[in-house]
Amino acid sequence: MARRPDGPPPPPTVQKLRLRYTKRGPLRFASHRDLARALERALRRAQVPMAFSAGFSPHPKVSYMGAAPTGAASEAEYFEIGLSERRDPEQVRAALDASLPPGIDVLECVEAGEGTGSLADRLDATRWRVDLPGVDAGELATAVEAMLARSEVMVTKRTKNGTREVDARAAVVNASVAEEAGCAILHMVVRQLTPTVRPDDVMAALAVVADLHPPLPARAVREAQGRLDDSGNVADPLGPDRVASSYCQEEHAQV
Amino acid sequence: MTVDSLYPQLEPLFAQVQKPIQYVGGELNAQTKPWDDVAVHWALMYPDAYEVGLPNQGLMILYEVLNERPDALAERTYAVWPDLAALMREAGVGQFTVDTHRPVAAFDVLGVSFATELGYTNLLEALDLAGVPLHAVDRDESHPVVVAGGHAAFNPEPVSDFVDCAVLGDGEQVVGDITDVVAAWKAAGCPGGRVELLTRLARVDGVYVPRFFAVSYAADGTIAAVSRTRDDVPARVGKRTVMDLDEWPYPKQPLVPLAESVHERMSVEIFRGCTRGCRFCQAGMITRPVRERTITGIGSMVDAGLKATGYEEVGLLSLSSADHSEIGQLAKELADRYEGTNTGLSLPSTRVDAFNVTLANELSRNGRRSGLTFAPEGGSERIRRVINKTVSKEDLVRTVTTAYANGWRQVKLYFMCGLPTETDEDVLEIADLAVEVIRAGREASGSRDIRCTVSIGGFVPKPHTPFQWAAQASADTIDHRLKVLREAINADRRIGRSIGLRYHDGKPGVIEGLLSRGDRRVGRVIERVWRDGGRFDGWSEHFSFARWTTAAAEELAPFGVDLDWYTTRERTEHEVLPWDHLDAGLDKQWLWEDWQDSLSEEEVADCRWTPCYDCGVCPTMGTEIQIGPTGRTLIPLTPVTG
Repeated sequence: MARRPDGPPPPPTVQKLRLRYTKRGPLRFASHRDLARALERALRRAQVPMAFSAGFSPHPKVSYMGAAPTGAASEAEYFEIGLSERRDPEQVRAALDASLPPGIDVLECVEAGEGTGSLADRLDATRWRVDLPGVDAGELATAVEAMLARSEVMVTKRTKNGTREVDARAAVVNASVAEEAGCAILHMVVRQLTPTVRPDDVMAALAVVADLHPPLPARAVREAQGRLDDSGNVADPLGPDRVASSYCQEEHAQV
Repeated sequence: MTVDSLYPQLEPLFAQVQKPIQYVGGELNAQTKPWDDVAVHWALMYPDAYEVGLPNQGLMILYEVLNERPDALAERTYAVWPDLAALMREAGVGQFTVDTHRPVAAFDVLGVSFATELGYTNLLEALDLAGVPLHAVDRDESHPVVVAGGHAAFNPEPVSDFVDCAVLGDGEQVVGDITDVVAAWKAAGCPGGRVELLTRLARVDGVYVPRFFAVSYAADGTIAAVSRTRDDVPARVGKRTVMDLDEWPYPKQPLVPLAESVHERMSVEIFRGCTRGCRFCQAGMITRPVRERTITGIGSMVDAGLKATGYEEVGLLSLSSADHSEIGQLAKELADRYEGTNTGLSLPSTRVDAFNVTLANELSRNGRRSGLTFAPEGGSERIRRVINKTVSKEDLVRTVTTAYANGWRQVKLYFMCGLPTETDEDVLEIADLAVEVIRAGREASGSRDIRCTVSIGGFVPKPHTPFQWAAQASADTIDHRLKVLREAINADRRIGRSIGLRYHDGKPGVIEGLLSRGDRRVGRVIERVWRDGGRFDGWSEHFSFARWTTAAAEELAPFGVDLDWYTTRERTEHEVLPWDHLDAGLDKQWLWEDWQDSLSEEEVADCRWTPCYDCGVCPTMGTEIQIGPTGRTLIPLTPVTG
């Protein structure tokens, strides 16, 4: 017979909040597990009334989604928390932000809109900016054109279970090249597929098609994450919640 | 003089290594200060990987104590893994601190905390990466003063070529004294150069400067004499002892890493020192007397630490936490305070005592209930008398059964193998115990879903203990005993599958033994091993026994001694031991008598509850036992509503 802990079950989730946060500066070297630990501790320090799972080993209700790879910075990471008491989303945002180390900044917090579906489903593409110090912008543009001209570019990914071949080209929705302060910059929108195609994989594709080998490690920043729209842009994934919440407020105002 | 951060050079390297987060700093509660605002700059090193070093309490305490001084700053540095070290050498970037990425070579003092001797090669690697000469005699005024501390510093002779000083005992006050000396010497324009600075340091209580002592050897390889080379430094160096722990509530703001570390919890030291008298235990011998933090002092540290960190578990640390005079009340009142907050409280491994199950039940009331750990240490009642950790087999089985009956499903038992006078039969009794524990536990809990993990460590004789004269068991002996034990546990699969056996082979213990009881001649072995690529010797994937035995054979041969001479050889009563001029306060005659008592299986009682047995520490060091109960209580905290 399964054992059950003594005492009453934990209080249920009464409010779901969805948050956007950053991974900036040296903290780009944090992995998704490092971030999860930091966020959970910050939730405790900020005394956010978390809902917990039942059982002998209760865990706070937190879900993470679409984490940027270790080494990539991000302006658009998302997670969702379940609260056992209602709180003002903006107050939670400010308290949590104050409890996190500089570099992990909580930018937005909204209440999950009733019937708006899951947040994870709204994260299907990323807009990346990749700085390539030491690479000539013209050479990069040629390489990008060559890649886009192909229908498929297979690259080898290192995974936990050895290596795996993946089509990096298939994930790239669009890509363009710019130059800032003498540094070549690759802007691109990449679809979140399984297995994930990361900026490193796109760089590997450029090496395959144009023999492009940057002399220094590339620096990638996830600028936005969300649903891919028809024009190849990435839409704000919290948009539907914002609409639902303002609708809610109007409804309350009428009462 | 401004010192620039190496971060711009390091950042592209971090992008190419495993777990780069460990090198970037910026932990919660980390501190940085402008370089030019202070006179004395300390780099504090834990000579192992970040994940092991970051949670180290000693380093965290000194980091805060030093940073609280207006005239000093302290930053942290850890051993870098070989992947990054190779890139750093290629790029010409030196060993750095994680706080500001300043080069370690620019600091005034490099303090290294040695919890284990297996970190020695990592010190050499860090010095070399920093561009600091390996040998203390080759350093000049521009180089940091390399200071060793931690328990291994009670015999720093094997690393005496590489360190400038060793500090004996508690560090809280002595780091301040060292800072004063360095600040005054720098303010005066560094008179007399490095030798003058070291001379001034040698006069600080607790500071040992090896270069002011000479060692001579007898024809049989033993030490003939250790004598000071100048008469203006003390002939014996005594340890430092901090009295009144409530006055030292450190760490106040424990560091919280982003990276995963070996301890995902905060710790509060509830007392220091132990007088249980376990004869194998160096910590218990060199940290005497017992000094308790009061229940209210502990309560405020737990409260402040949880608020500062957001951890969900607090470890109540000490060498034998259930012995705190107020532990029962502390457990209950802390659990009451954190009712409904999912905050877990835990004790490290405890003595085998039914009371400790009650304690653990109380402490885990609000948090996760992981497992209970007991440390019987010896497999048979006989060997437990030898090591002075007496508990009967019946009590042991009854205690563990109580734990299972109380809903604990996982119990871990710690034992040692290779103890003095030990036979195969003593070790085989571990199997009998484990089997009986599972049988009784299944019955008591009414469940087959219980486990017992037997964890075995090879015994290494340590300086300043009654076993400092003992012959260490050879790696073959240890491996043989582990083999027969494993077979005995697996003999009955129906029981054996509920028993986990965890152990390491005997080889690393032999090297730890060489480094623990070694003398200055062993320094050449350490240097040779490092030159041959030895790093991270505490990690089985990096440790190479062959590298050590080859180096030991070749480097020790000119002295007519060898690895066995240092490890499996029993010492005689009057042999000069390499650490005899370093004073933990223990009377050598008392240690010898305790060694003889051990051989005749005689026990000694704890001096907290029975009369003093004259170990010598209190009168020599001018200290006294500080224990409660204080009669105070923990008032409930005002709940904070968000």
